[in-house]
Amino acid sequence: MYAQMVRTDSDGVKSLDEMSPQERAFQERIDRGEKIEPKEWMPEAYRKTLVRQIGQHAHSEIVGQLPEGNWITRAPTLERKAILLAKVQDEAGHGLYLYCAAETLGVSRDELLDKLHSGKMKYSSIFNYPTLNWADIGAIGWLVDGAAIMNQVPLQRTSYGPYSRAMIRICKEESFHQRQGYDIMMKMARGTPAQKAMAQDALNRFWYPSLMMFGPSDKDSVHSAQSMAWKIKINTNDELRQKFVDQTVPQAEFIGLTIPDDKLAWNEEKGGYDFSEPDWSEFYEVIAGNGPCNRERLGARVKAWEDGAWFRDGLLAHARKKEGRRAAA
Amino acid sequence: MAALLDTAIDRASLFEFLLRMGDNALVLGHRVSEWCGHAPVLEEDIALANTALDLIGQTQLWLGLAGEVEGQGRSADNLAYLRDAHEFRNLLLVELPNGDFGRTLMRQFLFDAWHLPMLKALAASSDPRVAEIAAKAVKEVAYHVERSADLVIRLGDGTEESHARMQAALDELWPYTGEMFLSDAADEAVAAAGIAPAPASLREGWRDTVAAVLAEATLKEPAGAYAHKGGRSGRHTEHLGYILAEMQFLQRAYPGSTW
Repeated sequence: MYAQMVRTDSDGVKSLDEMSPQERAFQERIDRGEKIEPKEWMPEAYRKTLVRQIGQHAHSEIVGQLPEGNWITRAPTLERKAILLAKVQDEAGHGLYLYCAAETLGVSRDELLDKLHSGKMKYSSIFNYPTLNWADIGAIGWLVDGAAIMNQVPLQRTSYGPYSRAMIRICKEESFHQRQGYDIMMKMARGTPAQKAMAQDALNRFWYPSLMMFGPSDKDSVHSAQSMAWKIKINTNDELRQKFVDQTVPQAEFIGLTIPDDKLAWNEEKGGYDFSEPDWSEFYEVIAGNGPCNRERLGARVKAWEDGAWFRDGLLAHARKKEGRRAAA
Repeated sequence: MAALLDTAIDRASLFEFLLRMGDNALVLGHRVSEWCGHAPVLEEDIALANTALDLIGQTQLWLGLAGEVEGQGRSADNLAYLRDAHEFRNLLLVELPNGDFGRTLMRQFLFDAWHLPMLKALAASSDPRVAEIAAKAVKEVAYHVERSADLVIRLGDGTEESHARMQAALDELWPYTGEMFLSDAADEAVAAAGIAPAPASLREGWRDTVAAVLAEATLKEPAGAYAHKGGRSGRHTEHLGYILAEMQFLQRAYPGSTW
């Protein structure tokens, strides 16, 4: 999931009777499964919550280029390099659709970027972990994109039209990303002993951070109910995490890798795996800025933005000159 | 063509020529990909990844054919990952460090303005395998030069700062452009066989393209005529060794693995 712990702008879910007629009409449209479009009336809290959620998702896509970009120049074959370039290009493209979706809610890309750069908005905690060996690129595709898909597939049905349409496009590409990641892991896990060790090491390091991507446990997740009533969140964090574990464990077994969890066991009664919770204190530390790469990741984005100011200014100045010449002619 | 390839010397010349095409694409693709996630605006991240992707795709084709022509069983990956710097045949221009974004764009434009007419000529090559690769690449590179020329113009004729940066980039890179038009025995052999144009034949067209773009960009063509050379015969700058150390790391550290 690329948006974690998005604060919902609400004091709790109102019943239909407590709502104003306008709010009630809005909620009834959502309940009927209608899409809300940009020019239509919406509660201010709905708009603000969506801006936060879509913005955080967009930021995650662009910061997410960095851990993978770390291996583009070292990809082991020309084909792997081309695939990784295509994937990172897709991610920048996802960022672009999502910033555009946020713009339809009245917030510009530059405003959202300012908030990212000043630390007022977050991106997914997962991108604050380093990519230390080539199998990490496999683990990101398999686990990180796998977790993102888990969340994004239901969001194709989200109530806000532009967000829903962005998700439909993004999901098509994400499933390709996940397959290429798993393919790297399979090659590594079935390769030389050194490659297998890299694959296991990558799984060991990315397993719990991937589980954290779904956000805190439902019992500690305070703002979910309103977002679920508005259909901007479709499943709870724990539902999605369970689904992810159930899907991933057999995939790990199939390629001979071990999930780093002694307590992992099939639970016949619930029809799913029992598994250990991630260390939530680590999660809150990473969110607070103390992950292994927080400074580097945000620093890289801020540097790119600041170093690029002359470029953006130059293009604007040229456009103005051209406009001036056209007007004069 | 078939008769020509019967002699070992001509096969060596063709191999040499294909390495030059493939290595230019590989090394420039590597440099461009270094920007991934660090470009000044999201649209540029996308465009650069796209350019790098095109170039790596072209590398696979050129080096794949080079391996086939050489006939020693080397694949495109073997050639990319298991040769040392002195065996690389790319222009010095493409291995120079990225510098600021302006220098990266200027290098791309100066190269694209050569690459496009080169590929257009190769699309009519007497060797159908060469013609086929060129016909595919020419579509991609037509877009590369359209984009790089457009940005050079906009930034040259932008702010005082963007103008100064683009002029500085041009002054820095200019001495590395002459190498594109130099010839040696391998060039003469492939030109005589109608496989590729003589390098010098592309100079005039390149000068015209560059002069028109620089004029619109309000940039001044540097006066010096000195040309650094050596890349096409394997004598490189210090930079290439570091590119290869990074690019070839996994293949060198874990030889014989499948990835």
